Amino acid sequence: MKLEMKDSPGQLVAALKPISEVGGNIIAVIHQRDPDLSDDTLNVQIVLELPKGRLDNLKDLLKEQGVHIQRIGEERLLYQRTVILIGHLMHTGFSDTVDQIDATGFAEVTEVAMSMPGINERSSSRITIKAVSREDMEAALAILRRVSQQKSLLLIEPLEETA
Amino acid sequence: MKVALIGLGSVGRGVAEMLSKKDLGLVLTGIADSKSAFMDPAGIDIARILATKKKNGYCGDQNLTAEDVVKKADYDALIEVTPTNALSGEPALGYMKTALNRKKHVVTSNKGPIALAQKELRAMARKKGVSLRYEATVAGAIPVMHTLEHGLAGNEILALYGVLNGTCNYILTRMAAEGLTYEQALMEAREMGYAEADPTYDVQGIDAAIKLVILANTIWDNGVTLNDVDRTGIDLLTPDALRLADEEGCTIRLIAEANPKKHLLRVSPRILDKNHPLVFEGTLNALTLETDMAKEITLIGRGAGSIETASAIIGDLLYIRDRYVKRA
Repeated sequence: MKLEMKDSPGQLVAALKPISEVGGNIIAVIHQRDPDLSDDTLNVQIVLELPKGRLDNLKDLLKEQGVHIQRIGEERLLYQRTVILIGHLMHTGFSDTVDQIDATGFAEVTEVAMSMPGINERSSSRITIKAVSREDMEAALAILRRVSQQKSLLLIEPLEETA
Repeated sequence: MKVALIGLGSVGRGVAEMLSKKDLGLVLTGIADSKSAFMDPAGIDIARILATKKKNGYCGDQNLTAEDVVKKADYDALIEVTPTNALSGEPALGYMKTALNRKKHVVTSNKGPIALAQKELRAMARKKGVSLRYEATVAGAIPVMHTLEHGLAGNEILALYGVLNGTCNYILTRMAAEGLTYEQALMEAREMGYAEADPTYDVQGIDAAIKLVILANTIWDNGVTLNDVDRTGIDLLTPDALRLADEEGCTIRLIAEANPKKHLLRVSPRILDKNHPLVFEGTLNALTLETDMAKEITLIGRGAGSIETASAIIGDLLYIRDRYVKRA
């Protein structure tokens, strides 16, 4: 999820403490100077992971600290990865392939682009997967690797710097 | 320093030409191709030998063989550049062992024997107090081994990934740029002289996997073999797949990667952002090393070619000369 606030003095520091108190994990803090703003305030975005059901708790704590939150964007699936699948995608049950990811509950296929040049020719598709955490993404990809192998599909993954 | 050259194909010719052209203090005392051989302890007239080879198709005396040169010629270092055999490593492996047993240094571009028997050959060289060097086996002219040995000395190498096959990189570049099918791009690569008549070794990732095995054994001494590499080639890629990647600002490259902590040893087509340092056009090679102190180092350059490969071989020879042998 994403918190947005004005960066008046002390606001950022005041906002960080409650996040750790409710067990949240800060992923990114983004300072963005809005060129249209006449005063020298910055917009601050905090991207964070929060355990389920802690959002109200966090809002109360932030209010106590006098932090004014402009907007809260709740995005459950923070991790995104795009892969390419090549092969007889329809003959091998494409919706089943997608379902195997969606059925996990922690990862979803959110976008598919497909190209089918001919009935007996291999199709190509670009699939975007979103997941709750990095571990969940790895688990989702492991499922996709297994399914690809079973269905003789070529799975092309992004190169992740490994070390 | 006296050297003997076994193999007079593209790489051997490049080495011979550079030995002749450059004043490197290296004297050629023996030479052999697949049909003949020639020896002269006082030094061979390289220009004359190359002219004979061009005219007759063989370079020396047809009653002599490569084996005679390896066994009998008067040399300090053997330059072994015969065609590679990934299954047996022969006859190159035998030449190298014979030379090492004679307490001669060995410099090679031959991937087969180094991938198969690196440990054994290194042990032999150590025992005999000579050097075995194979810079030219991985990524052509790029000084990967020298970088690992000297520039990155004391670093722990955590992982590596790179583009180790120029033929595949050329094919993928052309598929992405022109929307060619794999077959069309392969045909073009053949016409350009970048692909062999039998492209299997290149396009199925075997060549890249062999280089990965050589690197892994050199860096981590982990005894991995070609069979340990999880390998997928580029021959099943479609132009649509490249277009779908392109729409996202990405492209596809054949990447070799190793990470011992993750038990990862893999050659596979991967999606990379077009701005990634490993995305470049044509037949170049590149390798990124991730280390504890230096962090990431990426080397890029020519991965093949007659003179380019000769560069790596001569670098090895001069290293040996400076370290072990008095200047001629």
